[in-house]
Amino acid sequence: MALEFLQHLVNGLSLGSIYALIALGYTMVFGVLKLINFAHGDVYMIGAFVGYFSARFFRFDDHSSLTGLFVTLGCAMSGSAALAFLIERFAYRPLRKAPRVNLLITAVGVSLFLQFTGQLVFGSDPKFFPQVYVPTGDWSYGELKINVLQVVVFGISILLMGLLQFIVFKTRLGRAMRAVSFNHDLASLMGIPTQKIISITFMIGSALAGAAGVLVGLIYPKIDPLMGVMPGLKCFVAAVLGGIGNITGAVVGALILGMAEELLVGYWAPTYRDALAFAILILILLFRPTGLFGVNRTEKV
Amino acid sequence: MSPYRSETKNDSFLLSVSDLSVNYGVIRAITEVSFKIKKGEILTLIGANGAGKTTVLRAISGLIPPSGGQISFEGFELTKLAPHEIVQKRVCHAPEGRGIFLNLSVEENLDLGAWSSPDQHSFAQDLEHVFGLFPRLKERRRQNSGTLSGGEQQMLAIARALMGRPRLLLLDEPSLGLAPQIIEKIFEIIQKINQEGTTVLLVEQNALQALQIARHGIVLETGRVILRGTAQELLDSEDVRKAYLGE
Repeated sequence: MALEFLQHLVNGLSLGSIYALIALGYTMVFGVLKLINFAHGDVYMIGAFVGYFSARFFRFDDHSSLTGLFVTLGCAMSGSAALAFLIERFAYRPLRKAPRVNLLITAVGVSLFLQFTGQLVFGSDPKFFPQVYVPTGDWSYGELKINVLQVVVFGISILLMGLLQFIVFKTRLGRAMRAVSFNHDLASLMGIPTQKIISITFMIGSALAGAAGVLVGLIYPKIDPLMGVMPGLKCFVAAVLGGIGNITGAVVGALILGMAEELLVGYWAPTYRDALAFAILILILLFRPTGLFGVNRTEKV
Repeated sequence: MSPYRSETKNDSFLLSVSDLSVNYGVIRAITEVSFKIKKGEILTLIGANGAGKTTVLRAISGLIPPSGGQISFEGFELTKLAPHEIVQKRVCHAPEGRGIFLNLSVEENLDLGAWSSPDQHSFAQDLEHVFGLFPRLKERRRQNSGTLSGGEQQMLAIARALMGRPRLLLLDEPSLGLAPQIIEKIFEIIQKINQEGTTVLLVEQNALQALQIARHGIVLETGRVILRGTAQELLDSEDVRKAYLGE
């Protein structure tokens, strides 16, 4: 019994860590633009496809190797970042001075655009993600089995999150990002090129989503152009749960969501898996709209 | 060539604003405002709430595009530059309402003030300099700036602007919402900064105090310049005394 519970926790942790990578992008973009980037789930999808094509191009599926995994990750992250740059530059930047709802509608439009362009270009049938890295065997602790792939996925996620944490809190760029998220005008009075920082923030957040696309491809090796819809919505919930705009919050919210889903599936009602995130969203909006780590920032007039 | 030519060419004016107008949508905020600041002086812009004082500063810093007029700083036309490029010309702005990054520590705020500084060596030196002016900030350097008192937050806003080694320092209502003793202290420090060679454009509602440290003053009313002169002339002017000094 306890063992089963532990097994679910391990699964939940690895799922949650992937959610966290996506949730971070939501929270970062919200931080600098106060925009829920609804196209984020589709950037994650594109990341998975860039990973798919680059792994096939380099023939990494012939033999499993960590190098193959890292190169695939690198390609997917660069691809998503490049896409993010284009989205920000051509869809969002022209609306910088427009009412916020215009931006939101544009985000939904970009999302649909990517989904259907994806279907047009990649075809709507699912593709099998190349298994660039297939570790053999499980780690067993008595009855508890830990899949090495899960550990690798979890490890890479933690590594990327650590890197982000370092960038945001220890570097000049990170300081500029936090300044821009506090107030654009004030940041530009410091001499910070706010447009550039917004663009970079977008790219970093999307690179993380691209990495998540590859990691998901390893665990659930079936990718299709609409694969971003559900994780996109769920990770948005995770970011809200943690307190949108808060980086630690996004990670904690995503881990909670991942584990909650896994426990729900294991003990109660597997069919409600996808409903859980939305139940959480409703509860959080009712009882703690600022999220677990969010602070209520009253705006001074 | 006339011997006077080099005299006038020697451009003792650091900043000259001419016929500056700014609209917010259909509302005209300021109309054809003109003034010049001499190198090394304190010029104060006084006027009631809503007279357009802050708008003038925001236009100089490039935060709002003017609908007309020129702003020339050391030969550069600022209206053509983005805000972060204007800071690179070392025009540093401490915005009103203690505009500091409440989500960052005191030291991180100061560090951002030095963002455009090309020379990272001078950072430690500049930090010592502002800590000399504001010892309280040194005690609290690691604290989150949201935990500072109102006076300390204002000091931080000024200190941060100084970290950019300003040739022109724009101060927007540094006395706003502060206790009289603290205002006194802040004005002393502004005077000290000026004596060290920094030119200051001081926007204030607190006319009496501002005119006491300034050399020249300008009075704005509903977006227009209605009076200008030396600080002493304005202090002596009946209109100013009535309208702004409560006599």
